Amino acid sequence: MRAEGREKSRRAERTISVYVRPDGNVGARNYVAVVPAVACANDVAEQIAEGFPSARALLHHQGCGQLRSDLLLVERTLIGLATNGNVGAVVLVSLGCEGVNVDGLHDAIGKSRRRVARVDIQAIGSSTRAVRRGREACRDLIADCRRIRRGQAAVDRLVVGIKCGASDMTSGLASNPAVGRMVDAPVARGATVIVGETTEFLGAEHLLVRRAANRQVARAIGRITMAMQRRALAAGGDMLGGQPSLGNIRGGITTIEEKSLGAVSKTGSAPITGVLDYAERPSRPGLFIMDGPGFEPQALTGLVAAGAQVLVFSTGRGAPQGFPLAPVVKVSGNAATCRHLRQHIDVGVSDVLTRGETLTAAGTRVLRTVLEVASGRLARAERTGYDHLVDIYTRGPFV
Amino acid sequence: MRPGKQPAALIIHPQDNVAVALRDLDPASRVDVRVQGRVRRILILDPIPANHKLALTRIRPGAIVVKYGEPIGEATATIHPGMHVHIHNVRSRRIRPRQR
Repeated sequence: MRAEGREKSRRAERTISVYVRPDGNVGARNYVAVVPAVACANDVAEQIAEGFPSARALLHHQGCGQLRSDLLLVERTLIGLATNGNVGAVVLVSLGCEGVNVDGLHDAIGKSRRRVARVDIQAIGSSTRAVRRGREACRDLIADCRRIRRGQAAVDRLVVGIKCGASDMTSGLASNPAVGRMVDAPVARGATVIVGETTEFLGAEHLLVRRAANRQVARAIGRITMAMQRRALAAGGDMLGGQPSLGNIRGGITTIEEKSLGAVSKTGSAPITGVLDYAERPSRPGLFIMDGPGFEPQALTGLVAAGAQVLVFSTGRGAPQGFPLAPVVKVSGNAATCRHLRQHIDVGVSDVLTRGETLTAAGTRVLRTVLEVASGRLARAERTGYDHLVDIYTRGPFV
Repeated sequence: MRPGKQPAALIIHPQDNVAVALRDLDPASRVDVRVQGRVRRILILDPIPANHKLALTRIRPGAIVVKYGEPIGEATATIHPGMHVHIHNVRSRRIRPRQR
């Protein structure tokens, strides 16, 4: 009887119940993404999605008045978000005069064999009509997406994004290493895991370089870390208050090096397969590092644009926010946070510090929750609806 | 939490010169920390909030503060055992504001 139960749970750790997309990708959720090409189309996008529980407006602040390199970054991010496995169909909303190439976005999303409805505000002639047309399209796409049913797939189809935020001392001691143990399991089963936050490699990059799959990857880790350090120094060099944040400092973290050493433990121990640019899709399975900032909405946006269907978020002080397109599993090792912010914490791992739970046991609990959430169980941030923020990382000024 | 059952502070790596307080520690109290299997008693000199660091050895200005067995910054003042180790007496060796 018990052996049968164990076999069942082992099987549960090998398969997930997901939406299979025409491009072969899989989804943990089944959303219609309403994507403004530029910030100026946000109002229309928001009103198009309003009241449809399975339509998500991806409101952001970019798309015009930026350097060419940043516009390309915005385009890649929007295409990545719109073609994430969690998205069944897309409403693309443009103003008509934006800097990003809307035809290019439309074609790239269409290539993933998703249905894309296009709403161009200036061409339609009024925002009221644009909203009406967008809502009609949205209703039709939702009905289309509803016909898709979940099916079994191997865990290796999963892309998991990892982030930590509102960190304190317990992050480095309990939740990050527990998440690290969790990371090792899907990577070993052929899945893909992406970890961002280049700023939080400063002072700990040697630990990542040691795990690089080859010399090219090792050099890339050093290069992106030094570039992030140069950017901070060029802007005056005082990161204190931002990295570590005032909250981190109150939580006992003194320097960026200390924060980084705690942060990199969430990457586990597997070899690092490659280094991705922000919002870049990995071309093969494995453990990847994505260049980008620690700032939460930008980090989560990059991970989902790179293909993550589920995000795992380690927090000490308790960060409640999720993401519109992907469930975010919150893990905390701070006993006070697990009690006080229990509405927002999916997995509490404070027993690692107070009751001697092993990191392996805590990591197994995190993995179980991740697989259940991938298969449809709602994460806390989805239940609370604290999941609207999107922000695209760009490197240059607005011009 | 069961007082007495849990150590007051944690040393993460044997090479560390700081420990992490697992609860609020009061000045003039004494706490036992386990260093490489041996228990050492440290007199607490500052109020140390839970999850913050206390010095295990004397750390001179410019000397490296070690946690996780790795450098986390350098001391900007002499730090005595039992003192609070934080932004008032440690700075980053990687990111430092320009001199004004």
